[in-house]
Amino acid sequence: MIKLLYFAWLRSKIGLAEEELALPPGISDVAGLIAHLQTRGAGYADALSNLAVVKVAVNQEYVPFSHPVAPGDEVALFPPVTGG
Amino acid sequence: MTIRVQQADFDIGVELAALTQGNPGIGGVCCFTGLVRDLHPQADEQAGTVCALTLEHYPGMTERQLAAIEAEARARWPLEACLIIHRYGRMEPGENIVLVACASAHREAAFDACRFLMDWLKSKAPFWKLEETCRGTRWVASRHSDEEAARRWDQPAG
Repeated sequence: MIKLLYFAWLRSKIGLAEEELALPPGISDVAGLIAHLQTRGAGYADALSNLAVVKVAVNQEYVPFSHPVAPGDEVALFPPVTGG
Repeated sequence: MTIRVQQADFDIGVELAALTQGNPGIGGVCCFTGLVRDLHPQADEQAGTVCALTLEHYPGMTERQLAAIEAEARARWPLEACLIIHRYGRMEPGENIVLVACASAHREAAFDACRFLMDWLKSKAPFWKLEETCRGTRWVASRHSDEEAARRWDQPAG
């Protein structure tokens, strides 16, 4: 299982703040995971329609889409940050 | 050396006094406070007056990122003390959002480190602002100029 976290408008569009997911066979990186999530419903497809505005953290560190994902990981998807 | 992510407001005077307490090696403190403003930055007909901001963050990653940013500042400049406080939750115009303070023997390091911390914080710390206006709510979009500001520091000084 992996733990997925969504923040800001990704959370509102997907309709969930977090969920657990069994990694489907063949998915080994962030890009593959996002492609899978895009097929999970209209909310996911909408939230993940423009990947230029989606940032990813694995285990609380920023990573590129080529980063591996493995069972036990915490994967967060969120928009570019706007704090300060 | 101190990083706090909290809902409660802070008292700048109390925080700065605590930062310098007992360290006569400190010759200067530079601090920046970010406040909630009432006007949307992209002023247009759609933009109403902002009545509140709600700051969302990623607990755990926020603290890790702020600690990494602070460690980077301490590696680049000779700082005697350093403080980052960032609030989350709902805030109204005029309220404090963030406080960054850097203390050093000389002013140059304090000025530069303070600006660096704010620039990096704005582009790396996982916070998001939801703006409330009379027309409803909307997520604040990130600004290209903030990323440019952070990138200026990519080449370490000196």
